[in-house]
Amino acid sequence: MHDKTVTQLAAALKSGEFSSRELTSHFLQRIEQADGNLNSFITVTAEQALKQAEAADQLRAAGNAGTLTGIPLALKDIFCTQGVKTSCGSKMLDNFIAPYNATVVEKLSAAGTISLGKTNMDEFAMGSSNENSYFGAVKNPWDLSAVPGGSSGGSAAAVAAGLVPAAMGTDTGGSIRQPAAFCGITGLKPTYGRVSRYGIIAYASSLDQAGPMARSAEDCAHLLNVIAGHDVRDSTSVARGVPDYTETLNAPLSGLKIGLPKEYFGDGLDPEVEKAVRDAVKVYESLGATVREVSLPHTHYAIPAYYVIAPAEASSNLSRYDGVRFGHRCDAPADLIDLYTRSRAEGFGEEVKRRILIGTHTLSEGFFDAYYTKAQKVRRLIRQDFLDAFEDVDVLMGPASPTPAFDLGAKKDPVSMYLQDIYTIAVNLAGIPGISVPAGFAAGRPVGLQILGTHFAEAQLLNVAHQFQQATDWHLKLPAFAEENA
Amino acid sequence: MALEDSHVRRAAHLARIAVSDDQASSFVDDLSRILDMVDQLQSIDTEGVIPLSHPLDATQRLRADEVTETNQRDNFQRCAPAVEEGLYLVPRVVE
Amino acid sequence: MQWETVIGLEVHVQLATRSKIFSGASTAFGAEPNTQACAVDLGLPGVLPVLNEQAVAMAVQFGLAIHADIPEVSVFDRKNYFYPDLPKGYQTSQMYHPIVGAGEVEITLDDNTTKCIRIHHAHLEEDAGKSLHEDFHGMTGIDLNRAGTPLLEIVSEPDMRNAKEAAAYLKAIHSIVTYLGISDGNMAEGSMRCDVNVSVRPKGQEAFGTRAEIKNVNSFRFVERAIAFEVERQIELIEDGGKVVQETRLFDPERDETRSMRTKEEANDYRYFPCPDLLPVVLDQAYLEHLRSQLPELPADKRARFQTELGLSAYDASVLSASREMAEFFEEVHRVCGDAKQAANWVQGELAGALNRESLSIQNSPISAQQLGGLIGRVLDDTINGKAAKQVFQALWNGQGSSADEVIEAKGLKQVTDTGAIEAMIDQVIAESPAQVAQYRDSEPEKRGKMIGYFVGQVMKASRGTANPQQVNGVLKAKLDALL
Repeated sequence: MHDKTVTQLAAALKSGEFSSRELTSHFLQRIEQADGNLNSFITVTAEQALKQAEAADQLRAAGNAGTLTGIPLALKDIFCTQGVKTSCGSKMLDNFIAPYNATVVEKLSAAGTISLGKTNMDEFAMGSSNENSYFGAVKNPWDLSAVPGGSSGGSAAAVAAGLVPAAMGTDTGGSIRQPAAFCGITGLKPTYGRVSRYGIIAYASSLDQAGPMARSAEDCAHLLNVIAGHDVRDSTSVARGVPDYTETLNAPLSGLKIGLPKEYFGDGLDPEVEKAVRDAVKVYESLGATVREVSLPHTHYAIPAYYVIAPAEASSNLSRYDGVRFGHRCDAPADLIDLYTRSRAEGFGEEVKRRILIGTHTLSEGFFDAYYTKAQKVRRLIRQDFLDAFEDVDVLMGPASPTPAFDLGAKKDPVSMYLQDIYTIAVNLAGIPGISVPAGFAAGRPVGLQILGTHFAEAQLLNVAHQFQQATDWHLKLPAFAEENA
Repeated sequence: MALEDSHVRRAAHLARIAVSDDQASSFVDDLSRILDMVDQLQSIDTEGVIPLSHPLDATQRLRADEVTETNQRDNFQRCAPAVEEGLYLVPRVVE
Repeated sequence: MQWETVIGLEVHVQLATRSKIFSGASTAFGAEPNTQACAVDLGLPGVLPVLNEQAVAMAVQFGLAIHADIPEVSVFDRKNYFYPDLPKGYQTSQMYHPIVGAGEVEITLDDNTTKCIRIHHAHLEEDAGKSLHEDFHGMTGIDLNRAGTPLLEIVSEPDMRNAKEAAAYLKAIHSIVTYLGISDGNMAEGSMRCDVNVSVRPKGQEAFGTRAEIKNVNSFRFVERAIAFEVERQIELIEDGGKVVQETRLFDPERDETRSMRTKEEANDYRYFPCPDLLPVVLDQAYLEHLRSQLPELPADKRARFQTELGLSAYDASVLSASREMAEFFEEVHRVCGDAKQAANWVQGELAGALNRESLSIQNSPISAQQLGGLIGRVLDDTINGKAAKQVFQALWNGQGSSADEVIEAKGLKQVTDTGAIEAMIDQVIAESPAQVAQYRDSEPEKRGKMIGYFVGQVMKASRGTANPQQVNGVLKAKLDALL
């Protein structure tokens, strides 16, 4: 069962091949057996999952099942889940049992899906390797000495290892697409505002967006159908109709205009990754697409702009963790300032502190204009690059990451880690959607092809990705780990 | 713009994060490198460019003035470190 | 040296919305601690704000009432600082693009002259919770029910020159917001709170002196007292060779002084930046026009109209327009009785006196505007005389009867205007007072006018006060003169 896509499992549940309870038990058993080596879950909610599965089976027996009823999923531990620990990968929230559900969680539950648990992640979604988790690093099922990527590393690793058919992630600067690429799965970051952020623990509010991570683009389409849409609780969610993303998956690609940003194929790009991406582009040409080079001239300013804007927002968003109403509180605070400074010093990890300090500094008096205002202006230029490019082409393609997954512990210097996100970060600044699809291997580790579209072009991205997956089978490859350890 | 120890200490104070002397000097190193990278922004001409706060040019939607929330104090205070008589407790605040 | 005081006020007005500015929790006052603090108010991880349309409408109405610029776009910013009553570690406010731009408020001074105070801007923000310092084993308790209550912060220019002007300004703001119905204006419950910026400068000097900000001055009286103390403190300080430092001070009403708040922290750095969870608020012209069309008549307009249309004195017009309740009461009395001057006299005289004696506000007056108007009407149409009117007023005040007519009927206070009946009473009084009649006859003609008072008194007594005094006077004079 674990090698099947959500689409295949849904069909099997529908035909009665197996029950949701059997399916859920199967995956819970695999988690039990294999996750000790992978560390992809922070919390497994086995009992609750089995109950939900039984309810799903009853719903099906009563003839009330929807497309995804009974499908087991996992949630990045950044989604608030009522009655279940929601840690955000931090010691700060190690004791936080969320008292309410995120809108995405509500929607998935209403669609009849089953949550197996909460997946590991970089603390407060700050990281590109999942090494910043209070709950320990996650390993890449393709090579246990490699990182799974981050910050949605637990979700990516769990799906790749066949511990769960699909999972939810969030993406602030590449946190869905890069781990999807590193783990050889498909991950979609929707347009900013397409999916409600309510109940998703905020990192950088103007950049955060939730999306599906699964084996195939088709699976992502099914899941996006469930989670997309306006939410009255999120002012930044967009009141715009949600199409059926599965309906257009099979539209032919003849005449599709693909742009290859020249800045995405420059220095620092691993030659094997480049080859895999260029081979993938050739597949598209064979499907009738035309390819041209385009330019996104401000690409190299995306990381500098991001490391002003995201930490600035984060420094403010993370002020609520003060040891008063929830979360970690230091022992025996001497006074108020001691309560604050010690609770926060103990509760936050190094990378989170770095970003809070950077954000605090760049927002402070005398620096605000030079950093924050400047970065916001550059942000507009970066968005304009994309809007200009989409005047000429339908989609952009390039690598999701300059290298395949690197080794655990390989990147000690924060800046070298940040530079990993060179191809993903601008997308969040511009708010456009992007998807990473498996496109081969480099040094035995998966390579992700990133496809970008203009705002609200999710249907097109899924169509373009799906057609590639009809023509190739990279997305169906499973790591040996998936068979050996479970 | 060079980052000094005093900047880090001031940021740590504003952000209410206790930082030891050793940590402070390591933060100065890390943050300096990050800000050096960030300083590339200064080389772009942004004359006349309007800052962009939100990726979409959307405007605020307004909510009807209705009471939709009910008392959930017990639920919300279950995750609180210290409460008494329905109040959150903190070390004495001197005005 | 001659000193001049310069005062500017920041007034925080709690808007009378049902729910909070960014959440659906109730804003009702006085609930059990933290029972009205929802997930959004508590700043739980993952929650997001959504703006209350009524808070926006109320802020705009205030802006329209003070003839302010209402910019098309306003933006919410985050003001970052840590305090236990501030759950998110930032207050959502408007720093750079407030919802209400520059405007002006007219104040009335004791001598009935008016002065314009310029408003710099007014912005929307969320209120904080409350710290309770009762002893919880040496801890402070935090109640977040108030967190997220919408506030309109109204920032004046430093246009006031003495404590009386500041108090008059605060009253004017109070009167505008209560007229508009956008706040209950209850200062005791904190619905209106005030920070005062005070500085002094040698008379004639143009540059402002260094100012002190006095926090939380929460009554009209305290504003005057706090300023009086602070001005004296600053002048003394400077005259003794010292310097005023820019600082925040707290007014202590018990000791009647201001004192420096602990400033061991260096100056705050609030790191304002646009709130990424909220989008720019865009108000179109049609929306503004719609709100403008719904504005009630405002105190300054009412005061002017009371003078020009109703012919009231500047003083009467000012007193009667001071609060919406007072103005509405007066206008109803006027509508019922039809005489503005009489209505003004009764409301400010008999009624105000009675309310004062029992410390009642006009909203709680035992006598309604309809009743009072009806009573005045009966005086005007000569049904009762002035003396009887006071009896009717007392009866209505005490709840004896539902209308003036009912009381007049029950007590038989109807004025006797029947000439025959009055003549009969006069004839009898003349017949029973031969000595006085003789005295009248023997008096110098110019002294007779005084003597007639005796006969009038006797006739009124005989009629148990119901005879029309003017009529009695006329007939008596004719009859006595006929005896000469």
